[in-house]
Amino acid sequence: MKTFAILLDRLSYMPSRLGKLELLKNYFRSTPDPDRGYALAALSDAIPVKVPLRRIITELSIDKFDPYLFGLSRDYVGDSAETLALIWPQKETHQTPPPLGEIIATLLPLKTGALASVIGKWMDQCNAVERWALLKFLSGASRVGVSARLAKTALADAFESDIHDIEEMWHGVLPPYLSLFAWLEGKGDKPISSGVPIFKPLMLSNPLEDQLLHSIDISEFAVEWKWDGIRVQFSRAGGVTKLFSRSGDDISTTFPELVTDQNFDGILDGELLVMQNNIVSSFADLQQRLNRKSVTATMLKKFPAHIRLYDALQLDGEDLRELNFDERRVRLESWFEKHQSHHTDLSPILKIKDKAELLNLWSNIREEGIEGLMLKRRATAYLQGRQQGHWYKWKRSPLVADCVLLYAQRGAGKRSSFYSDYTFGAWKDEGGARVLVPVGKAYSGFTDEELRKIDRFVRENTIQKFGPVRSVKPELVFEVAFDAINLSGRHKSGVAMRFPRISRIRWDKPAAEADTLESLLKLVEGREGDNLK
Amino acid sequence: MAGVKNFESWIKPQPEGLFCIPGNFYIDPISPVEHAIVTHAHSDHARPGMDAVLATPQTLDIMKIRLGDGAPQRPHPLKLGDNIKIGDVEVSLSPAGHILGSAQVVINYGGKRAVVSGDYKRSNDATCTPFEVVKCDLFVSEATFGLPIFSFGDATQEIRKLLNSVEMFPERTHQVGVYGLGKCQRVISLLRAANYDKPIWLHGAMRATCEYYSRCGIRLGELKPVSEASSKLRGEIVLGPPSALGDLWSRRFEDPVNCLASGWMQVRGRARQRNIELPMVISDHSDWPELLKTIDETGASDLWVTHGREEALVYEAGKRGINAKALSLVGREEEAE
Ligand SMILES: [Zn+2]
Ligand SMILES: [Zn+2]
Repeated sequence: MKTFAILLDRLSYMPSRLGKLELLKNYFRSTPDPDRGYALAALSDAIPVKVPLRRIITELSIDKFDPYLFGLSRDYVGDSAETLALIWPQKETHQTPPPLGEIIATLLPLKTGALASVIGKWMDQCNAVERWALLKFLSGASRVGVSARLAKTALADAFESDIHDIEEMWHGVLPPYLSLFAWLEGKGDKPISSGVPIFKPLMLSNPLEDQLLHSIDISEFAVEWKWDGIRVQFSRAGGVTKLFSRSGDDISTTFPELVTDQNFDGILDGELLVMQNNIVSSFADLQQRLNRKSVTATMLKKFPAHIRLYDALQLDGEDLRELNFDERRVRLESWFEKHQSHHTDLSPILKIKDKAELLNLWSNIREEGIEGLMLKRRATAYLQGRQQGHWYKWKRSPLVADCVLLYAQRGAGKRSSFYSDYTFGAWKDEGGARVLVPVGKAYSGFTDEELRKIDRFVRENTIQKFGPVRSVKPELVFEVAFDAINLSGRHKSGVAMRFPRISRIRWDKPAAEADTLESLLKLVEGREGDNLK
Repeated sequence: MAGVKNFESWIKPQPEGLFCIPGNFYIDPISPVEHAIVTHAHSDHARPGMDAVLATPQTLDIMKIRLGDGAPQRPHPLKLGDNIKIGDVEVSLSPAGHILGSAQVVINYGGKRAVVSGDYKRSNDATCTPFEVVKCDLFVSEATFGLPIFSFGDATQEIRKLLNSVEMFPERTHQVGVYGLGKCQRVISLLRAANYDKPIWLHGAMRATCEYYSRCGIRLGELKPVSEASSKLRGEIVLGPPSALGDLWSRRFEDPVNCLASGWMQVRGRARQRNIELPMVISDHSDWPELLKTIDETGASDLWVTHGREEALVYEAGKRGINAKALSLVGREEEAE
């Protein structure tokens, strides 16, 4: 518990990814089993005990603390678990809380009603940081800015192993991952999982640069639409179906309609979409379904999920990853013919004669409401990760608008002394007067040199300071590039940009000549700009 | 002398500050007055433009350094423990343990005693005289950290944390945000006590007070101004005001680790809000247990609570049978400590 508390505390304040990796690597190398395994479980949301934390906090605080003082404290801190950790009286005598393994072993056989008193005893043995870490650990979700993927990356780095191997094993091993650590340390065989659905690392694409387009031979590639959903892996074995995100997180419970009543055996690659009456809905609709622990019947009906399949990694026990794209496609199609799995279909292969036809297709995709094209080399096996030269994504060209810088905020980490996050606006007619309304935020697209210049501009043209944010004189114009603009009830301007970045800094352009909200509204897809005012 | 038990009849909160009627003086007034007693030299207690000011010699010296022309016209030094008669009241100053020169104001009138403590703490601090409990009838207490979640551990542990981090990241500069008067010198003194012998680098704003502390015989070791550094101060410890941490000043350092020494660092959200990578819980104010312990030990029947979270402390004192109320004095913002 002691070393885990120090780790969690430091992680929670560490701004940089590299710094987090360093802390995690040290911890995995220097901490014995089974504690490091349970720590890994805590960081990847896989703690094997379920503790109803809110209820436990209430039980622990109710008799021990004055409810009025506890309430004032909670309001100030803003988090019940942290409040309890801080308000808990510190015992004078120095004691050591038990290691994580002992905590899990003690809690596993207990009934919910018996948890609070045991946890209370441990709290007595802890200092304030340890009490906080204990409650975080038991909540199962550590939320200290470390994703499961980052934890696995650190694990691979710590033992000079490959993250893909760890991802592939991940869903076949259980906390405290003794066999995994034994293998990483060269003390045991590679853990083999059979009979359970597992995740296998995805093959990722690279953006297609213009100059590349000239050099490739189009007949060597299969062309598909690029779908505007999220990449998933659909995996089924031993009668259990799982849906994994691109980073290997199990998201099955969020999409119950997809994982019930399937009857195949394999690992498939595809795009998760929301689809109604055979028409793909917007990404915003899909977002309604993401990151939910439970799903209501209304949700299921309103935003039905669907997987558009485009590859097969494994079918009926046979690993297909060594086969080339065309061979895998044949297997996928004949499998689909036979099974017709519900809530799925195949992403079609587009028939392209030559480069001219391809260019023509691409230049019209915005009108078709499509995000881009995928080019996949027909002769390539299914490779792990993002390797050059095999799969390309060719996004539609971005939209651009000239907007005026309104607010600047200090960045994080190395950028913490620079105003590097920008809110910009467009002109709007308000009762005859022209005012600027914020239409988006961006923090990329400029060089370090440009950042220094913008930072100087912000400091010299500040109107007012609000903590880390400054409002600035509306004088600097950014050319903003973005993939799409959508209507949004959450923003005052009524629009939200997708993937905005600063494409040029228009030091030369007067703010009065920047774009209007009206012209931005015309770019909203599938709507007539005029109806929207 | 009738009615002395009704404290408001002779000591009274007014817009300028707490006013002692029979002595005709204010304590820590916020705007210029003729007669004032100042508990300590922090800017929310020691304002510029006063005429006659009674305070400890150190408080008057520091006011001179920090306020320049705004320092008191007629300074009246009174040593800790000495008595003086002002009008119908007898006044003495007692150590508050907050910063160098800080004092509690003890006022005796008509057989009753009121103690205005200013800011105070009970934990160890080598840079000032430790707090002394003065038995009294009315105790005026601060409540900067007046919530039960504030319980500060040993400051030497927090210094350890800093030194461990310096060891772990020898390529980076550790910049520590500290309040310039009191906290700065205490952190330096704690570093020296932990056998940190290298020069400590200072922001220009801190130089004069540090020199004064050294003249008073407090061992701060070798201090160097950042402006004279010829390198990016890799692996060095730099002290600056909290506001300088994430700003232009910090760009001269090598991939700085942002540290902040303050009682507020006990709450995680506070540290994260300010991009602090290494929070150090070091406070020059009392935590909740110290506040309660002190109130109990003074034996006061009445408690007036000033700056901070008065609500919780007034409530808790009331539960203990003490007549407690919140004094809303203007001009006592949260100190940037
Ligand atoms: Zn003070
Ligand atoms: Zn104060």
